[in-house]
Order: sequence, then C-alpha cells, then structure tokens
Amino acid sequence: MFLPPFDDSILPMSISKEDVKYIAALARIDVPEDKLEGFTKSLGGIVQYVEQLQKLDVSNVKPTSHAVPVGNVLRSDVVKPSLISKEALVFKVPLIIE
Amino acid sequence: MNLHSLTAHALLDLFKSGKASSKEAYEAVLGRIKAVDPKVKAYVHMAHAQPGYAGDFQIPIAIKDNLCTKGEEITCASRILKGFRSPYDAGVIERIKKSGGTILGIVNMDEFAFGSSCETSCYGPTFNPWNLQCVPGGSSGGSAAAVAADEAMWALGSDTGGSIRQPASFCGIVGLKPTYGRVSRYGLIAFASSLDQIGPLTKDVRDCALLMNIIAGYDERDSTSVNEPVPDYTKALVNDVRGLKIGIPKEAFVEGLDPEVRRSVEDAIDLLKKQGAIIKEVSLPHTPYAVATYYIVATAEASSNLARFDGVRYGLRAQPAKVRKNALIDMYEETRSLGFGDEAKRRIMLGTYALSSGYYDAYYLRGQKVRTLIKNDLDEVFKDCDVIMTPTSPTVSFKVGEKVSDPLSMYLSDIYTIPANLAGIPAISVPCGFSKSGLPIGLQLMGKAFDEEMLLRVSYTYEQNTEWHLKKPKL
Repeated sequence: MFLPPFDDSILPMSISKEDVKYIAALARIDVPEDKLEGFTKSLGGIVQYVEQLQKLDVSNVKPTSHAVPVGNVLRSDVVKPSLISKEALVFKVPLIIE
Repeated sequence: MNLHSLTAHALLDLFKSGKASSKEAYEAVLGRIKAVDPKVKAYVHMAHAQPGYAGDFQIPIAIKDNLCTKGEEITCASRILKGFRSPYDAGVIERIKKSGGTILGIVNMDEFAFGSSCETSCYGPTFNPWNLQCVPGGSSGGSAAAVAADEAMWALGSDTGGSIRQPASFCGIVGLKPTYGRVSRYGLIAFASSLDQIGPLTKDVRDCALLMNIIAGYDERDSTSVNEPVPDYTKALVNDVRGLKIGIPKEAFVEGLDPEVRRSVEDAIDLLKKQGAIIKEVSLPHTPYAVATYYIVATAEASSNLARFDGVRYGLRAQPAKVRKNALIDMYEETRSLGFGDEAKRRIMLGTYALSSGYYDAYYLRGQKVRTLIKNDLDEVFKDCDVIMTPTSPTVSFKVGEKVSDPLSMYLSDIYTIPANLAGIPAISVPCGFSKSGLPIGLQLMGKAFDEEMLLRVSYTYEQNTEWHLKKPKL
C-alpha cells in the first residue's frame, strides 16, 4: 500500500496531557478532564504516525504552499454589485452590556 | 419509466423530444426522496425555493452542506453553524441556477468535511444505498448516496483529500476532483484552502462532463481561480485509448490492499490494455508519505480557517455558567467546545500543534517540503504518461461505527486520493466492480493539471466497455 516501512530508528514522539491542555487553550477549545485521556491518546497516535516525515532529507527542497503558483491578485477600484445591508444584516446581535 | 433512475443526459434527451417535462422529472425525484430517504438519510433539509423551470439544464441537483446557497441554512453539518442562513450564492450555485438547474436540497457530510465516512455529521450518519449497515464514504457522503439512490440526478461535493472520489467509489458512481483553480471556491466554506476543490458526483462519465461544462471557469472572487479557457468537456467523450500511456505506480499494489479491490483494478488495467492503451509500471517513491503530509498541511490550514467560528459572527454562541478565565475567552471556549464535534476538535488541535511556536519547522514547514517531493514525483511520471491509475480506496465501504474510535485507520482510507490534492492535479473515480458482499469498487485516474479531458476520455472508454455503472442498489 502507499504506506512507509516500519523504521524503529525513529523514536516515536508522543504528547502528554499537559501538551493537549496547552494546545486546547491556544485553539480556544475547552477539553474537560474526562475527555483529556482520549484526546491525548488519539492525538499522540497521529503525531507518532506523522513523525515518519522526519526521516526524509528535505534540506534542499523548497516548500509548496500552493500547487498552482499564483501571485497577488489585484482588482481595479470600481463599485460592483454586492449585498445590500438589508440582506447582509439579517441577524440579531446579542446583548453585550453586562 | 422511472424518471428518477435516469442519468441527466438521458433526461435532457427526453425533454428535447417532448417525452417528459422538467416538472415531471422534479416531482419524480421528490417522490423517490420521500420513499427512500428515511432509510438512506442523505438529505439534511429540502430547499425552500421552488424551481423556476428556465434554462437549458433543468436537472434536479443535490448540494453539499458546505456550499453557500442563498436563503438556505448551510452548516457544514456542524452545530456551530446552526441557524446560519446564507445571504448569497456560491460561484458554482450561481452557475447551476443560471443553467436552469433545480436545487432539490442540502445533503449530509462529515462535519466541516473532516472524515471519510459521513459519521461525524451533527445530523447523524448517512447510509450506503448498497448496504444500509455500511457508510457511504466521506466527506461528500450525502452527495454520493443521494446520486446512487436516485434521490438526485447529480450532485456537487468538495474534495480536500478524497472527499468526492472515495464516497463515489463506495457508492458505485462517478466523482471528479478538478484541477485546483478550475472551479471557483467562492462560497465554499473553507477546510484547507490550498487543497479544497468543488466537483461533480454523477451517474456516469457523460454526466460528469456535462456538469463540468456548467461549473468550470474563472471567477474573480476566488483569487486562486485560474483564468484558462474552458473546453467543451463532452468533446472528450471518445471511446478510444489507443496509444495512450497509462502509468501504474508499483507503490499502489503491495500488501494491505484488499484482494478484491486489487483484482478489480487489475481487470480494469487488462481491459484498457486490450483497448490499445500502453501500460507502464511507474514509481512514486514519496507517496508513502502523503497521508502524514496531508494531516499536517490540511489540519494546519483548517485550524486557521476555523478560527472564525468563535461565537461572535455565526450561528451558535454560548457562555458557561461559571466564570473560568474571563467572560470573552469563556464565551469563545464554551461556544467552540459545544459547537464542534470531537473529530473537528482533534483536527483543530493537531493543526494548532503543527503551527505552534517550536514545532512549526518540524511539522508544518517540513510537511510543505514533502509536499514538493510528492508533486515532483507526479510531475516526473507525467513527462511520459497520460494518466496514472490506482484504486480509489484500499477497501470497499465498511460498517457504520467500525472505524470511528480509530481516527488513524479512518485517515488511511484516503491513501490513494490524497496525492492529487497535494499536487493540485485532477483525478476521477469510476465504478470498476463489486466485492462478493455486493459493495462497489472504484478505479482512480489522475491526470495532468487542466487535463480533465484526458481523464474523461479514458474513463469514458472504460465505461463504454463495462456495465458497472448501470447497476442499481435495491432499496
């Protein structure tokens, strides 16, 4: 299959519960205690799997951010049809005064 | 005659000869949905707008729940977008409406397209019309199941790592991921912006070409849309592969591939060889790293794209009962924790990790470099081949619930489809057989950038010499 051979020369890296708490805070996600174990395990498994990329030599390789290279796209500053405010503002804003 | 079971092109012929009307076709499909959707559960909701019956292509279509459609609730099958009614039409929806197409309704998907089984949807799973205990594939599982069950003539989906092709394969229909930039992404709710592409799911290759004629083309509102002329894709439907070179990557046919899938794909290779194609063994040495690369690049982009779902601008907003950090941060965290499902949270956290300080070079930057290597492999093979052929997925469809607890095994369902997204090239899945258990098998063809015509030609030739696409599930 399109799978790499197992190579135990690469020490599988794992992540701890503390790592998950830290990442969750960065991502603005609250992970309750009872779900911490599960996320640590599944994220750890994926991180270990992804670790195989470390064995490739990429020192002279340029990164690809887009497969089809595109430069900055500019447009002329002219008015074009767009949403009218009645269509765009169809939601109610929640109360923000505490 | 059951109008709902026809292809779009057969229906258009009937319209032309006056033997059926678009109103009859629309009502036939609605009747079919009423009869079988309680079992298949492809639709999330039916469209509010009534059909207008104007234009040349009055074909009833199903739309994936991540394509903005004016006036419809579009949620990416996520609680976090509950109540979001799109105020505008995506570029492809505009084109569908202009062609006369009738939007039947919005179909199910994995939450934010994060999945290969349609099970992570907040609406619950869609089921495979060929076996209601099995998944339809994903993430465009609702689109594929609706077409396979004759609940729509054709459908639109989106493909970031195989999300059109793998469900097309699991449901026994045709699914095409066009070249990156060929179809406007304007109005597609983004998962991974450098990989996402909208494409057709259809009952046969001719319909695929017809739907591409409608949706392909430049759109200035998508800055990655490419301003290249759009051919008439139906002209590529030629039953002739004589002299064409088909590359078979040796990495695709080793241990782990389901023997039944392998046999069907080898039979397809033989058939095309008999039709005059030249079969060449080729090598894509870096494809074994495609899944790992994808789960860095795609999740990094997703974590950044999904930052906008914060309770301020769209849908759900929640505040915890007790103050944890401060009112604002608490609102963000509570909204995102209640709004996203576990797989969405996992991918957002993985992407956040890959982009975080200290890990960026080791993960994200390295991922982008390996992406270059994978793209170079494909470029090299395409110097001497017209198409590359592999299975679409290493297995046939699996049981609902079988892989939900093991995300990694679910990710491996996309090993053959991911390289085309990383390289931005077009790829198609066409039906090529059935397992003993009666589940469809798909054949994948990858082509050079902007050469969808070659894919259509080879798959049309294959289809003209087989009957897999004519089989229907019993519902």
